[in-house]
Amino acid sequence: MRDLRDKTAAGGAAAAAVSPGADAGITPARGGRSEVPPPPSRIRRPDGRIAHEMAARQRDISVAEFFQKNRHLLGFDSPRKALLTAVKEAVDNSLDACEEAGILPDIEVRIDVAANNGGPLPPPSQADRFVVTVTDNGPGIPKKNIGKVFAKLLYGSKFHRLRMSRGQQGIGISAAGMYGQLTTGKPTCVVTKIAGDPVVHVIELSIDAKRNEPVEHETRQYRMEPGKPVEISFDHRKAVWALEHGTCVSIELVGKFQKGRGSVEEYLELTAIANPHAAITYVAPDGEKRVFPRGDDRLPDPPREIKPHPKGIELGTLLKMAQDTKSHWLSGFLSSDFCRISPRLAEEICKAAGLNPRMRPRDLVGQDAEALYKALQNAKVISPPTDCLSPIGEKAILAGLVKTIKADFYTAVSRPPKVYRGNPFAIEVGIAYGKGDGDAGGGAETTQPELLEEDAPEARAEGEEDEEETELARVIRFANRVPLIYQQSACAMYKTVLKTNWRQYGVAQSRGAPPQGPMTIFIHMASVWVPFTSEAKEAVAEYDEIVDEVKLALRECGRRLGIWMRKRQHARAEIERRSTFQRYIEEVAEACKRIKSGKLDAERLKKMLEKIAEKVTGGEETDRILNAGRGPGAEEEERLEHSVERTAEGLKGEVPAMLAAGMMATVGDAETSVVEETASAGGNAGAASRTDRGASPGRGRGGAGAHAGRSGTAVQPCLFGGAGQSAMGGATGKAQKGQSGKRLRNR
Amino acid sequence: MVATRQMRPRRRTSAEVQKLLEGLADSVVTAARNGEVPSFDIPVRTLSNVSFNKKKRIIELGKNTTERRFFDLGTAKKFMQTVLVADALMSLQREQVTTSLREIYYRTKHTIKGTSENTFDDQDESDPIIEDLEVTLSLLREELRVRAKSWGTIIGPITLVDAGDTVDCTRQGIGGKTVPSIVEPGYVDIKRCTADFVLMVEKDTQFSRLSEDKFWKRHNCILLTGNGQAPRGVRRLARRLHDEWNLPVYVLMDNDPWGYYIYSVIKQGSISLAFESQRLAIPDAKFIGLSSADPEKYGLPRNVGIKLNDTDIRRAREVAGYEWFQKKEWQDEIKQMLRSGLKYELDALAHKNFRFLTTDYLPRKLKEKDWLD
Repeated sequence: MRDLRDKTAAGGAAAAAVSPGADAGITPARGGRSEVPPPPSRIRRPDGRIAHEMAARQRDISVAEFFQKNRHLLGFDSPRKALLTAVKEAVDNSLDACEEAGILPDIEVRIDVAANNGGPLPPPSQADRFVVTVTDNGPGIPKKNIGKVFAKLLYGSKFHRLRMSRGQQGIGISAAGMYGQLTTGKPTCVVTKIAGDPVVHVIELSIDAKRNEPVEHETRQYRMEPGKPVEISFDHRKAVWALEHGTCVSIELVGKFQKGRGSVEEYLELTAIANPHAAITYVAPDGEKRVFPRGDDRLPDPPREIKPHPKGIELGTLLKMAQDTKSHWLSGFLSSDFCRISPRLAEEICKAAGLNPRMRPRDLVGQDAEALYKALQNAKVISPPTDCLSPIGEKAILAGLVKTIKADFYTAVSRPPKVYRGNPFAIEVGIAYGKGDGDAGGGAETTQPELLEEDAPEARAEGEEDEEETELARVIRFANRVPLIYQQSACAMYKTVLKTNWRQYGVAQSRGAPPQGPMTIFIHMASVWVPFTSEAKEAVAEYDEIVDEVKLALRECGRRLGIWMRKRQHARAEIERRSTFQRYIEEVAEACKRIKSGKLDAERLKKMLEKIAEKVTGGEETDRILNAGRGPGAEEEERLEHSVERTAEGLKGEVPAMLAAGMMATVGDAETSVVEETASAGGNAGAASRTDRGASPGRGRGGAGAHAGRSGTAVQPCLFGGAGQSAMGGATGKAQKGQSGKRLRNR
Repeated sequence: MVATRQMRPRRRTSAEVQKLLEGLADSVVTAARNGEVPSFDIPVRTLSNVSFNKKKRIIELGKNTTERRFFDLGTAKKFMQTVLVADALMSLQREQVTTSLREIYYRTKHTIKGTSENTFDDQDESDPIIEDLEVTLSLLREELRVRAKSWGTIIGPITLVDAGDTVDCTRQGIGGKTVPSIVEPGYVDIKRCTADFVLMVEKDTQFSRLSEDKFWKRHNCILLTGNGQAPRGVRRLARRLHDEWNLPVYVLMDNDPWGYYIYSVIKQGSISLAFESQRLAIPDAKFIGLSSADPEKYGLPRNVGIKLNDTDIRRAREVAGYEWFQKKEWQDEIKQMLRSGLKYELDALAHKNFRFLTTDYLPRKLKEKDWLD
């Protein structure tokens, strides 16, 4: 359905009608499908026509069956994963739609426990039915396309477009709708509005599983005056629509809500890192709200579509392309349907394959095809253009990391594009290190920060001193900006982290394990075609070219981390020295006094010793400063490119523009997680709050009145007014328990 | 006897010890007053700083010292610990109590104010500091009132006065009398001794055998064991018997590189306690057995031997390399062991019969004066 958006939603209102299936190689929506099969009869004369009709019919059925029997391929294998996949599909859709339309995405994700026929709501951890509601400020969808977007499987296709796209992760929101329908019998509910058109459409629809066609149950229209939120009835709930343009989809499904690894929250956090241009709000079923503010106000460059490169195709693909081509000559087919093949090279290839350049591509079969395939593989073809990629870029990666992960040091490397098997790709790596409290951790000995008397730590018994934290680094993987959550250990990107020697950068590491310490390693692969190891599409396959690029990027990040660590440790050692002497002076002076049977002025001795200690450390400190300009110190003072570090005075280095301009808060300054005042906004009491939000539609940043008290955290306005909240308040009349005052921790 | 008595270092009084300990505190104050970093010079106690004195035939500590500076990150903690231990040793003097290494550790261990750091993490940190102070201040452990474990036994025609109790070591049953770790005059006095020689045995098994068979009675000797590496008390007592009562000392060990080394420690002193050799070593001690020639001489078959493992061989070569093992007879002895590739335990003598050690082996050895020097 994403693809449909590609075609319909561009520019918002002016969506050209697109003939479905035009580019969908496996679509069942071809001509013969709508024909009525002949009446049943036991005996018939076999002829080709009937065989074809049967084949067409079988295909029809297989779409629905495919889903029912192959949920796991689409990410709906367990209730826990189903919930995540539904969110994922909806969010991917929203991001794609916004980016394509040139809009900075504002996305709100809500998960509510589904109403239980009037009975009491189970707690989220025990509930098995949820309503997933995802709202975006995208261009909206024209009324007549809504059904096909949300309730038709395999509609449109990105499968055969060589373009960097989120895609590849499933077959879209209609699959999520279908899953919801199968497990709860509830229709998918959609609200959408196009800019300039005052009508807000509310549609409930489901899929006719047999025919793979949308069925609209109920449609309502509301008129919205510009800038004035309108109350709508949505999924049997009252809600307020406040967006000038945007789409909201709500699906009820059987799922399981979980926190931690592999949770919706983690997925959104990762999405926020890889898509710093998006602002994402997440309201969990327990009422906790987490806001991922925008960290970069530049939209990524739209990726360009490229033609396949001859080195990257397989024989079957070649055959299919030969069948589908519009060229009449073989040489023309080669030069126009592939990239980097000139007419002259096409002639040469034909000659090498022993084929007539003037032959019809459709006649290419059997040995001829194999000969051509071989000739293509052997031909000297330059690498495909790499400008079709739209990598995230160092600045944006830094913005994503800084705004989401609390750390002391951030760095990012975006490698120039390379090619594997004819597919351009680019690797990007980022590292966030430290706990964000100014303590470098790892490497150096544990410090003994000066403590107040009253909270002196508990005395340690013998043997207790060796207990050290061995936190392992967290590796977060992305393919075309989409987080890869599962199958970490099968992924080439993760394996390369293990194979990298982190010890040379001052980070502890056990053999065959990830590095240790408070560390997050971000790895992104942007490619027109990401090679996954399996159908689940969660792990990148090990191609040498990819592994090499990841290695190089990790090393560069590691090198910068190493420089920063050394600098940090040096400074710490100096402080450590002084405080060590301070601590021992007390002991020594008191012991001397006891040895001298009290006939000693311990205080005076302490003062004298302190003076000497200061002289000793101070003297060497001066040396260090003097040496800073040359010798080993010089390297340490070198400015690290594409890096940000947290110092006592704040962030230093390549601080993201929005952050520097004070337009964005970081997790370091204020934890983004705040408990939302769900209850007050929901129900009847929420009117004022709703109006407040409604007054700042789209992506205004000032409308965070409700959060003003939260230490300046930048909070995006709630997009879809009170829809979800009304649902909580209205449908159940209870949500107060969300106000537990608990804060989510970043790590 | 008079001469040997003079060789023994004069015992220091508690007042003298206290003065030396106070000296440490004074040096800290003086340095602080002069604006200097306080430091102690501690003699190095490793192989690199010991030498074999050929004339005295003992291992001696060299002159190398290491500076333990207060305001040096590498030695700051040790400096602080040294002062703390000195303080604890000082209170032992004032209270006139004797204590163990472990108690010193607990006495000085506490958490440094305002931190979770302990002054000592384990006893391995405090033990060497006590030895450091012994050497630095040239004080004996006994003078510092610190005792090691009692880990030795004595039987024989000798009467000791131990802490005021007169103990007749002929009437101590089969187990014998425990040798305390401090056997200096004043702590332990030798009231009477009629023995002709001292026999130091490596292991308790042979000690019990000789005790049960009343070997000491028949051969008029004193039996001593230290259960493996002899502790200071046993070595010091043997030395006193040798010095003050002119008794020859014979050492009975297993036939393996470890037996050789234990013997050499009794005879010349050890590397880590080289500063104590003067007081503990018995350069005249003889190695009575089990030597590499014995299995053949006494008819022990090959099958009661044990194959030397790699560690044994390495240790044997190491021992052969020590300066104090350079006598030809010792080089031959070790070479013979390496050539045969076997070591023998004293227990193997029981292969002949249970009393072989008492009735045949030792009497013949003593009669033939068959020992190594």
